[in-house]
Amino acid sequence: MRHLLSTEDLGRGDAVRILDTAEEMSAVGDREVKKLPALRGRTVVNLFFEDSTRTRISFEAAAKRLSADVINFAAKGSSVSKGESLKDTAQTLEAMSADAVVIRHWASGAPQRLANSGWIDAAVVNAGDGTHEHPTQALLDAFTMRRHWSRLNRNASTGADLTGLRVAIAGDVLHSRVARSNVWLLRTLGASVTLVAPPTLLPVGVEHWPCEVSYDLDSTLAKGVDAMMMLRVQAERMNASFFPSAREYARRWGFDDRRLASLDSLGLKDTIIMHPGPMNRGLEISSAAADSPRSTVLAQVRNGVSVRMAALYLLLSGDTREERNELTKVSSS
Amino acid sequence: MSTSSTGPTSRVVLTAADIDRALTRIAHEILEANKGPQDLVLLGIPRRGYPLAQRLARKLAATDPGIDPERIVGLLDVTMFRDDLSRQPTRAPGPTQLPSTGIDNKVVVLVDDVLYSGRTIRAALDAIVDLGRPRVVRLAVLVDRGHRELPIRADHVGKNLPTASAEKVRVRLEETDGPANDVVIEAGE
Amino acid sequence: MSSANPAGQTPNADRYLLRGAAVLGGERTDLLIGDGVILETGTGLSDARAAVLDADGLVVLPGMVDVHTHLREPGREDAETVETGTRAAALGGYTAVHAMANSSPVADTAGVVEQVYSLGRAAGWVDVRPVGAVTVGLAGEQLAELGAMADSRARVRMFSDDGMCVHDPVLMRRALEYVKAFDGVIAQHAQEPRLTAGAQMNEGKVSAVLGLTGWPAVAEEAIIARDVLLAQHVDSRLHVCHVSTAGSVDIIRWAKARGIKVTAEVTPHHLWLTEDLVRSYDPVYKVNPPLRSDEDVTALREAVADGTIDVIGTDHAPHPSEAKECEWAQAAMGMTGLETALSVVQHTLVETGMISWADFARITSATPARIGQLQDQGRLVAAGEPANLVLVDPAARWTVDPAAMATKGRNSPFAGRELPGAVKATFFRGHATVLDGALNTPYDFAGEL
Repeated sequence: MRHLLSTEDLGRGDAVRILDTAEEMSAVGDREVKKLPALRGRTVVNLFFEDSTRTRISFEAAAKRLSADVINFAAKGSSVSKGESLKDTAQTLEAMSADAVVIRHWASGAPQRLANSGWIDAAVVNAGDGTHEHPTQALLDAFTMRRHWSRLNRNASTGADLTGLRVAIAGDVLHSRVARSNVWLLRTLGASVTLVAPPTLLPVGVEHWPCEVSYDLDSTLAKGVDAMMMLRVQAERMNASFFPSAREYARRWGFDDRRLASLDSLGLKDTIIMHPGPMNRGLEISSAAADSPRSTVLAQVRNGVSVRMAALYLLLSGDTREERNELTKVSSS
Repeated sequence: MSTSSTGPTSRVVLTAADIDRALTRIAHEILEANKGPQDLVLLGIPRRGYPLAQRLARKLAATDPGIDPERIVGLLDVTMFRDDLSRQPTRAPGPTQLPSTGIDNKVVVLVDDVLYSGRTIRAALDAIVDLGRPRVVRLAVLVDRGHRELPIRADHVGKNLPTASAEKVRVRLEETDGPANDVVIEAGE
Repeated sequence: MSSANPAGQTPNADRYLLRGAAVLGGERTDLLIGDGVILETGTGLSDARAAVLDADGLVVLPGMVDVHTHLREPGREDAETVETGTRAAALGGYTAVHAMANSSPVADTAGVVEQVYSLGRAAGWVDVRPVGAVTVGLAGEQLAELGAMADSRARVRMFSDDGMCVHDPVLMRRALEYVKAFDGVIAQHAQEPRLTAGAQMNEGKVSAVLGLTGWPAVAEEAIIARDVLLAQHVDSRLHVCHVSTAGSVDIIRWAKARGIKVTAEVTPHHLWLTEDLVRSYDPVYKVNPPLRSDEDVTALREAVADGTIDVIGTDHAPHPSEAKECEWAQAAMGMTGLETALSVVQHTLVETGMISWADFARITSATPARIGQLQDQGRLVAAGEPANLVLVDPAARWTVDPAAMATKGRNSPFAGRELPGAVKATFFRGHATVLDGALNTPYDFAGEL
């Protein structure tokens, strides 16, 4: 693995390896010394073209627990917003000998561009790009689901996938990188996914995705769901006529108190409720649901650090230099 | 002799019976050095140090019935503490499992199959420091083949094997390499 | 062939004898070129003063005419100039180009179109025919002085806000009506602006995965449908720029069947490339209209073959490297095309057996000249006709290297691909602007009014 750009092209082997490694990383979090020397002397740059304190501190904690040096580069409000190009920024980081660049960008595809342009030699980790992908979020979601699923099935998490797990993802799929990354990764891990959204918030072409699509949250729940993931909905979508009002949205597609209660009456006693955060309480999720014992919101945050440690460790610990030489040899032969 | 195949350029230096005798001796040495079974914890280094630690624990229990072999053995993964991470292909870390008693104020005996450069043991010492503070740390190895690169020595050695650097020492245990159960030296290129 | 300009003669007094060229890929003949015209055709011709070119195995075609070129001058000389753009055109086999109006300042006055026209004459590589803007500043609010541009020295007949769509239906109706006074044509860039706000690529299967804002086919088709009905209503001529969807083809086919005076153009890249290339997020594939699906490519090829689409227009759109070396969303839209058009059309249509070289001449020369009302272009390859010709080696194979091109733009989507067909020589008004596949010298307009 040279970069982590998307879950669409992440194979089952690599995905499970990241999750297994994250299990070991998670154990470190329970120790007195929460630090490992694995990435000592390596430099990780958090290059954020879009504000996201949560994701940045999660990556920062991950890199620091692995003893890497961390440089935070908030491209917003810096020379970058004054017209410096991605190329120039990349070459600057290259000159500073960055070993990994964790990039968050408002433009879909920017991490792939950075990785494939030849501007920089570092490993690139996509920390969310536009409405494309957010692979570490999907991995931490899968990690959270795998622990839950293994506990229910009385299996060891390590080495396991999500075969048989039923996941519903509800909300603004059209603009959601979290939804996209989850759909690909959950398919790879063997879970079955149903997307639930108003038709206006589903992309044209969703019919080609490896999942079911529904406009009706209640009927989806009635069919049985093991993990219910709610996506953040921005109220300003209302002004672009994606839906008539926040109230109507919450009633039809929000996980409200009535739906929380319905889980019990449907016999879904083990169903967890997930949210990538930050939550709009009262819009896509009610406070009672967010704070219920079913909610994994805080576990997701905790697991995020473990998963990002795993990703950084697997990308940076091997001898990437030799791998690259190998590749050159192969391609020139 | 071993029933398992060995290459034309390899020779068996320890048979299954030799290994068993060496472990019996080491178990006695450990008890003697510790003046009894109190506070003993055996930490095996993956992959083959762990089954060796389990075997040693059973030997200790056979000698001293006060020892529960299940409760004194742990697994110590040192992957993340290695100093050659950036020189080798990526290695996924494995689990570390300590005995429920922990290692604080314990007598920790690190167990590994082959002592060579000493770098693995250096990593193991660092890993232990991050996990707690043992009273004493000792080292037991099945084979010491020389060629140390760090000032590290073993307290208990099954067999000292003079080797050339180009040779490979392969420890094959039933638990990890079955059915083979021996130590062979393979000639270098 | 280095002796093609015999010493002591001005270039415009050139005489060439082409031996054994296949006219439109058919009958082989010798052609004697002199005094700016084809003097004679036949076998066994000889001429003491003419430079002789062995054209055995080569195809001679009328010089290509591009209805859709961005020369960027005035205003964006860092991207292209009339000089560099027309050099590229000559190398690509063109003898005339229509320079689109979205320069800076916009070509919306007689002054600007005359400037572009003069720059073209000064360069001397091809005829440069400026396209006038339909609305002032391409703003879509008020008609530009179309009549003044038509009456200017540039004799503008084609008007377009290309890059922007004349989306106001009333304004479009007025423009279509107004140009009837001087037999002009409105070339529409069909893109409904509200449906394409922030659009980045074709809306469909790939955009859904890539998370790029979709550019629905309906945004093009709705405008074309409206415009053909308007053209019918006011009985005027409409030209549809760069048709890119199967639905657009259906609408144009329907309109033509009803006798509506509509012509349509397709770019070489839309005849070959598809949205799947966008998966790389490499902005060299970012273009307006966007690359579409396989089904669209198939429909466009069939539409050229059956005559629904009349002409090839390159939409040659050079950009400086920084406009493409960035994130997809930040990148400029457009691709270069002048130096690859012939090869791409050969690859996609001629070699697939969908059209003949005679059809090629029709869609790249005769019909474009008729739409732009260029009298001396797009003519027959016959004695007495103006010697605007291109000599093609259809058996040649070459690999596209943008760095080796004459255009300043390095944004060729065909970079690294092997293409068939090479321009061996281009004759513009009887003068060889390209010889041996390399630039020769420009035509000298100095002696003319």
